[in-house]
Amino acid sequence: MSQTLEAPAPAPSEPTNRVRMGLAQRLLSRPEVGALVAAIIIFIFFLVLAPSFRSAESFFTVLYQSSVIGIVAVGVGLLMIGGEFDLSAGVIVYTAGLFTSMFCWYYGVNLWLGAALSLVFCLLIGFLNGYLVMRTGIPSFLITLGTFFVLQGANLGVTKLVTNTVSTPDISNIDGFDSLGKIFSSSFKIGSVTVWTSVLWWIFFVLLAAWILQRTRIGNWIFAVGGNPDSARAVGVPVVRTKIGLFMAVSFLGWFVGMHQLFRFNTLQAGGGVGNEFLYIIAAVVGGTLLTGGFGNAIGVAIGAFIFGMTSLGIIYAGWDPNWFKAFLGVMLLLAVLVNLYVKRMATARKVG
Amino acid sequence: MTDTLASHADQTLHKGEPLIEMENVGKAYGAIRALRGINLRVGAGEVTCVLGDNGAGKSTLIKIMSGLHPHNEGTVRVDGKEVSFSSPREALGHGIATVYQDLAVVSLMEVWRNFFLGSELTAGKYPLAGLKVKQMKEIADAELRKMGIVVKDINQPIGTLSGGQRQCVAIARAVYFGARVLILDEPTAALGVKQSGVVLKYVAAARDAGLGVVFITHNPHHAYMVGDHFVILKLGSMALDKTRKQVGLDELTQQMAGGDELAELSHELKR
Repeated sequence: MSQTLEAPAPAPSEPTNRVRMGLAQRLLSRPEVGALVAAIIIFIFFLVLAPSFRSAESFFTVLYQSSVIGIVAVGVGLLMIGGEFDLSAGVIVYTAGLFTSMFCWYYGVNLWLGAALSLVFCLLIGFLNGYLVMRTGIPSFLITLGTFFVLQGANLGVTKLVTNTVSTPDISNIDGFDSLGKIFSSSFKIGSVTVWTSVLWWIFFVLLAAWILQRTRIGNWIFAVGGNPDSARAVGVPVVRTKIGLFMAVSFLGWFVGMHQLFRFNTLQAGGGVGNEFLYIIAAVVGGTLLTGGFGNAIGVAIGAFIFGMTSLGIIYAGWDPNWFKAFLGVMLLLAVLVNLYVKRMATARKVG
Repeated sequence: MTDTLASHADQTLHKGEPLIEMENVGKAYGAIRALRGINLRVGAGEVTCVLGDNGAGKSTLIKIMSGLHPHNEGTVRVDGKEVSFSSPREALGHGIATVYQDLAVVSLMEVWRNFFLGSELTAGKYPLAGLKVKQMKEIADAELRKMGIVVKDINQPIGTLSGGQRQCVAIARAVYFGARVLILDEPTAALGVKQSGVVLKYVAAARDAGLGVVFITHNPHHAYMVGDHFVILKLGSMALDKTRKQVGLDELTQQMAGGDELAELSHELKR
């Protein structure tokens, strides 16, 4: 491909020296293209093989499934573009829900208060993650692995202390349940199709993240701190603030999904959320985010989450043993990493220099 | 190209006026003294060349001037006022811009994003205000073009440019955003002859526009082509401090190459 573009070079500083990269090349250098192609193939695959996949109802069920993973994955994607990992993103969802639920049940206060305090608590954890990573220089993989274990243990330990079981009491009679439920976990019908608000929230967060990344100075900073933090710092980008902000964004989105889970199911299992952190990372990587940072976009991450939703339900619709799902995810991840590597080479190789 | 550089440069700069003055500056990292007794003056419209072997203290000197590490001995004055920078942002605020050899740009980002990194144009003051993408692309393209750098597509990742072009984009960016002192860290080290020439022309253009340039290199030939004032660092202190009139290329090369030590070595190796 690179050869076809190499015209004999005219003298520099002549306007004719300007070429536009070919369409194929411009498309290939976009992070989400690989994921989009994969998504279409998987979609057709299940359309053909799973008859019950072919209805609007199941399509929206897939969207719902994708949204629960996709909301946090958007944050994790931004964080990964910013060059860091957050392994505590899976359990913080349950920490948020458990905190709200047990605080309000134990003290008998309005759920709005519990939700607000839980938000502050989650943002604090995000801040702590970011602060420790930036302050110590220890890779975020290790720091957040620590946070992950602390939260996982605390989720179980505190729940056991407060309720004597490993699940939280039903909170549907506490004040504020209905109003909060409307925000975080309601659904409406269009014909026979059930649309959960979490899908709309997911779309909203994806669009917001896409706007931030591509069209704001913060987005520019996110790419820069992920691509080359030293260089970013040298031109005056506040690297520490940007990265801490990203960690806090992930824990905010974790809190949001935690609220959704709580108000959808009224009660939570204290051991939940473990392992989801990898689903977020897979969604981001499948969506074209570079593991080493500096490259990716929000739409790609959304497509990654959609692929997750399609396969997790598609396997069931097709009547296969759902145990195969994880094996499939692994294959997807490996393929995505290979595509990423190829794209990065394409994007940085001198083809039109 | 000189004209366009000059039109962006600070008009209040007068040739010869001191911009940075260092007096007996030193820096210790714990028990290790990386730098001591440095007296250096960077004047407007002058190129001050800092030469030295690896480990001579060049990087430490840059880090002090660019705000990455504060000095802990002596005084640094910028425009006559004593300063001690705690961040690169602060140094930039005083018009001191540093272009590093290896970390001048973020290679996966587009040329225009790199050009405006850290000084983006936005439609408002609020945090999520949109970038003026079209305008930024036009300005970056026009500025680079005026300065003699033609990139084929302003949207291409800057990693696809050649090393010399990347250095030039970084220098052009610093000048466009009002740098008064340019610190160039080994700008020609990784470049071929032709690419080095492009960068050296730039250095001369910046000097003619009235900027103070600190040119760090270990190549005396490159230094002598553009320099007004030469400083050689050895083991953290100054081994030579002369103006262009006082020193010739031969002496500079000899000093740089190790001077007497080299003579001794060639005597020993004589066949």
